[in-house]
Amino acid sequence: MKPLQPVTAQARVTYGIGFFVLFVAAWAVATLGGFVPKLFLASPITMVEEGWSLMTKHGFAFDIAITIWRVVGGFILAAALALPLGILMGAYKPVEAFFEPFVSFARYLPASAFIPLLILWAGIGETQKLLVIFIGSFFQLVLMIAVAVGGVRRDLVDAAYTLGSSDGSVVTRVLLPNAAPEIAEILRMVLGWAWTYVIVAELIGSSSGIGHMITDSQALLNTGQIIFGIIIIGLIGLISDFLFKWANQHLFPWAAK
Amino acid sequence: MSKLSIEAVGKLFPARGAAEPTRALTPTTLAIADNDFITILGPSGCGKSTLLRIVAGLETASEGRVLLDGQPVTGPGADRGMVFQSYTLFPWLTIIENIAFGLRERGVSERERLEVARKWAERVGLKGFENHYPKQLSGGMQQRTAIARALANDPKILLLDEPFGALDNQTRALMQEMLLGIWEREQKTVMFVTHDVEEAIFMASRVVVMSARPGRIKADIAVDLPHPRPYTIKTSAAFVALKERLVEEIRVEVVGAH
Repeated sequence: MKPLQPVTAQARVTYGIGFFVLFVAAWAVATLGGFVPKLFLASPITMVEEGWSLMTKHGFAFDIAITIWRVVGGFILAAALALPLGILMGAYKPVEAFFEPFVSFARYLPASAFIPLLILWAGIGETQKLLVIFIGSFFQLVLMIAVAVGGVRRDLVDAAYTLGSSDGSVVTRVLLPNAAPEIAEILRMVLGWAWTYVIVAELIGSSSGIGHMITDSQALLNTGQIIFGIIIIGLIGLISDFLFKWANQHLFPWAAK
Repeated sequence: MSKLSIEAVGKLFPARGAAEPTRALTPTTLAIADNDFITILGPSGCGKSTLLRIVAGLETASEGRVLLDGQPVTGPGADRGMVFQSYTLFPWLTIIENIAFGLRERGVSERERLEVARKWAERVGLKGFENHYPKQLSGGMQQRTAIARALANDPKILLLDEPFGALDNQTRALMQEMLLGIWEREQKTVMFVTHDVEEAIFMASRVVVMSARPGRIKADIAVDLPHPRPYTIKTSAAFVALKERLVEEIRVEVVGAH
């Protein structure tokens, strides 16, 4: 193979699907072939059967919906506050100097470690779930957005000034449109992280959601259901990722590589 | 009275740590008449770009002052249009929107904006590319757009910082003719920084030669070649004589600096 030699679109799809097939095949051989006890790992067939019964008999669709609601709700809350703060920090250096040290510190506080505290403060209701996601995504978003906004090419700003831009319009007409595609990419990435936080939040003190179903299934040693739940999370992530990428391509045609 | 007067403008970059402050420009005085096309010619790092950026208001002078129509320059503004060596079109705007950028900042109505921008797109030879994004255009076309964008604002003076420096020779020659054609028709005051001797003579009514760092003016030479100037003028005896003289002036500086 030649380094960096591109592959055709068709070959790319074939290879991509190929690995999925190989993965499931290895899983099937390991379980159906009796190499791994059923107690620890369900076979693909059991997983599909269990998934079907979850959807039809146990109202798992509702759990999926509630989990999506929590992720999206907490994430929108975090983004709504992180966007203005990140933009201000990126554009105005004194604002950055004021907030940056604290935010840098706060981003390393693990969101999951806050769960016991948040249960104490907000109970085990929806507020607590939203707060876990908020803490997990807000600080990351702020810092990354600030970097994206502040990373503008200096000569573009100079050009705007010589064309008569005021300080305010340099922010709105140069810094913001310049950072927009990167900010969209940051939102896509952090939304992916928010998915891991929601499941952790649901594993502890929850009576609904995909994470709650997974803990319940563990008590029943139903690995088929656990794997089905995990795969559903992966699928939703894949779909949201795809939608984000598609939207970004259409919103920012000028940024496409 | 001159259009632009540069009065004892100098630039000193502050000291960093133990290092001495660096002088980029010795106090320089220069007057530019209305509708004059002057080129500032000098070796790399001679402070010619610094001087231009001070006139643009993008950098502050350590001493002296710049007057435009008798008014002191305090910061960047739409009355001094600038074209940079790097490609500075806004990548998220189409060509026509880039050209109209300054007009929009001034609150000109959309209809009028587009009208002016189309006119300029046509004058610089970009008809048919109005709705392209900058990345779809060649370097030469991007610089044409940058010139149109600066001129659409109708500035009092046009400042150009080695605008064709990154272009290949053929494209560069075409761009020179285009800009000179615009100047001959529109009558603008132009200050053009370059390190290319031929370019400096071909474009200018006056060539100001700067010394190596710290920069100062070492020669100020009028170019009396007739207008309009076809590219063939570059082989005329008068042109060649001027070129020989300027090449020698610059050579001394470059040799001295090494």
